[in-house]
Amino acid sequence: MTTTNEVRKLTEREYEHGFVTAVDEDTVPRGLTEETIRAISAKKNEPQFMLDWRLKAFRHWLTMKEPTWQNVRYPPIDYQDIIYYSAPKRKAALKSLDEVDPEILKTYAKLGIPLEEQKMLAGVAVDAVFDSVSVATTFKEKLAEKGVLFCSFSEAVQKYPELVKKYLGSVVPYSDNFFATLNSAVFSDGSFCFVPKGVRCPMELSTYFRINAADTGQFERTLIVAEDGAYVSYLEGCTAPMRDKNQLHAAVVELVALEGAQIKYSTVQNWYPGDAQGRGGIYNFVTKRGRCQGANSKISWTQVETGSAITWKYPSVILQGDNAVGEFYSVALTNNYQQADTGTKMIHMGKNTRSTIISKGISAGHGQNTYRGLVKILKGAANSRNYTQCDSLLLGSTCGAHTMPYIEVRNRSSRAEHEASTSKIGEDQLFYCRQRGISEEDAVTMIVNGFCRQVFKELPMEFAVEAQKLLSVSLEGSVG
Amino acid sequence: MHLLEIRNLHAGVDGKEILRGVNLTIDPGEVHAIMGPNGSGKSTLAQLLAGRDTYSVSEGQVLYQGEDLLSMSPEDRAVAGVFLAFQYPVEIPGVGNMYFMRTALNAIRRRRGLEELDAMDFLALAKEKLKLVEMDQKFMNRSVNEGFSGGEKKRNEILQLAVLDPKLAILDETDSGLDIDALKIIANGVNGQRRPDRAMLLITHYQRLLNYVVPDRVHVMADGRIARSGDRQLAMELEQKGYAWLEQQPDPTSRRGAVAQ
Repeated sequence: MTTTNEVRKLTEREYEHGFVTAVDEDTVPRGLTEETIRAISAKKNEPQFMLDWRLKAFRHWLTMKEPTWQNVRYPPIDYQDIIYYSAPKRKAALKSLDEVDPEILKTYAKLGIPLEEQKMLAGVAVDAVFDSVSVATTFKEKLAEKGVLFCSFSEAVQKYPELVKKYLGSVVPYSDNFFATLNSAVFSDGSFCFVPKGVRCPMELSTYFRINAADTGQFERTLIVAEDGAYVSYLEGCTAPMRDKNQLHAAVVELVALEGAQIKYSTVQNWYPGDAQGRGGIYNFVTKRGRCQGANSKISWTQVETGSAITWKYPSVILQGDNAVGEFYSVALTNNYQQADTGTKMIHMGKNTRSTIISKGISAGHGQNTYRGLVKILKGAANSRNYTQCDSLLLGSTCGAHTMPYIEVRNRSSRAEHEASTSKIGEDQLFYCRQRGISEEDAVTMIVNGFCRQVFKELPMEFAVEAQKLLSVSLEGSVG
Repeated sequence: MHLLEIRNLHAGVDGKEILRGVNLTIDPGEVHAIMGPNGSGKSTLAQLLAGRDTYSVSEGQVLYQGEDLLSMSPEDRAVAGVFLAFQYPVEIPGVGNMYFMRTALNAIRRRRGLEELDAMDFLALAKEKLKLVEMDQKFMNRSVNEGFSGGEKKRNEILQLAVLDPKLAILDETDSGLDIDALKIIANGVNGQRRPDRAMLLITHYQRLLNYVVPDRVHVMADGRIARSGDRQLAMELEQKGYAWLEQQPDPTSRRGAVAQ
């Protein structure tokens, strides 16, 4: 029937952002030893405490084993066959966009995010991470006026070592897990944001990550701190070029919200997912965690995950302060041979803490989509609440959806609610739409977007539009 | 040329024959009712005409405006003016009713070479049609059929009928599960949609809808065939005597000649 054919056409759409930019790379030799780490640290001219921290992490990492509990399959990764650091070569510090390698600017233009225009786009500051080093940062002055510090992680290490020292590893310790520990040892760059007491960050902060150098693992590290009563909304989006060989991506994001502070962190993830046969694609092992340290603080994660061959990611919130609020809104799409094991952890420690989890998993092709979530309400977290809604949508009959909720409630005054549903994109729904004159392709897009609406409405406007577009492109789905 | 001509239609699912030689002709402006007990094949016929691919046709043909209807995709049938009011309207969570109907109407208009309606024009159109089924505008902002009561769902079907403006409207048990007030609203809506250039095919289990929507022809379906055809009297007779009365009749194939007399 036309059904299958039309959807197949969608399926076979090539990855739009698959191109490679020719830029001279400054790299360290392949492989991982203490020397590699010293070399990275030296290249970045880091203070001693950073090197010590990295080495501590590395030594711990040597004692760790790669986790195997996740519901994903991939060939063993040779950690000695990875280049751990690469930076675009440049003359000196860049003062304006004119100094940026035109090749790099062209790359952004292809991605539809020309920095020149971004500069003018009201309300969006861009800290563009190209490979591992930030090459351009805009809106700095405006942010500086308010006392908001927003820069690359490397710059923060140089300029605000005390802040970095205080908060680095305070949410995700260097010994946290295999991938986070690896990141702690070798991370090359990332973003740093500090919003001082009582300040509402005047614009959405946005970073575009992009893997470019072949065979270069990317190890980003982001740290966001919102002091008492501060507010910040941070957007992260990524695309990556087509590759034959799998690429490892192990990022760490740490958020700290002090009393009454709010952090909203939104992600649209579109790493190269591999081809229709499951070759290539990014391995995305990410540790994202926020700490609602102060009373009445709030952290919200919103993610739209459409890319990567493998996604392993559990943006979490530690609800430490009383009345703290944690939220997780997620859309994860797996198609072809993509695998995702993703979800969240909500750890309730403070009294009257509340968490909400809305997870929407979409599986198509041979995609495998697992929701894995932990809701833990500790003894002292009296009167706490969790609401979890976990919906899976299947397109076709060769894909899979799995839900693995873990719920632990240690006191009598708290309550956790879990609702889960799995539906196949209905033949009934499709027929209903088509009987009304809507083509099958449009109907699938409409139904999937509707399924995700609860999450999309949490995204900042410009991202919501992008996410919808991305979803329809990524619906390389097949109705079997 | 007839609007719809069904000739000796045999169809089934998984090798089990459900329709066993249906013959039916409908002309523009006519309202036909098909009655019959559960399992007689009424809904199969409705779904088949609308393009549901669950059923396979083993024999016979269906001409719509002289063309082979069965070879057309469901969306092509919609563009050609075939509309099915579903017995069980489908919920589409997260998709606004307004957005859904405008997308549908514009998909059809685009294919017919007409200009698409923008949000404002569509709102004006929707407002006018909402009156017909006594629905509040707030229904348009809800997700398609989600959380609608049975009656609301059925009214929403008639609303779509009015918005999409078909030539052949098939109403599959639109009256089932309605209380008398809701039934009257639906019936008014349907009557408001009767036009000389539009035919309707009402599929119903009970004759009570026919008290409000008076059909030109009534057909009784049994065992995959049209067992009897007549006027409104036939519906009343059925109501009185029940479907068991039909079963006591002689074999319908031999009776077809008798009915024709």
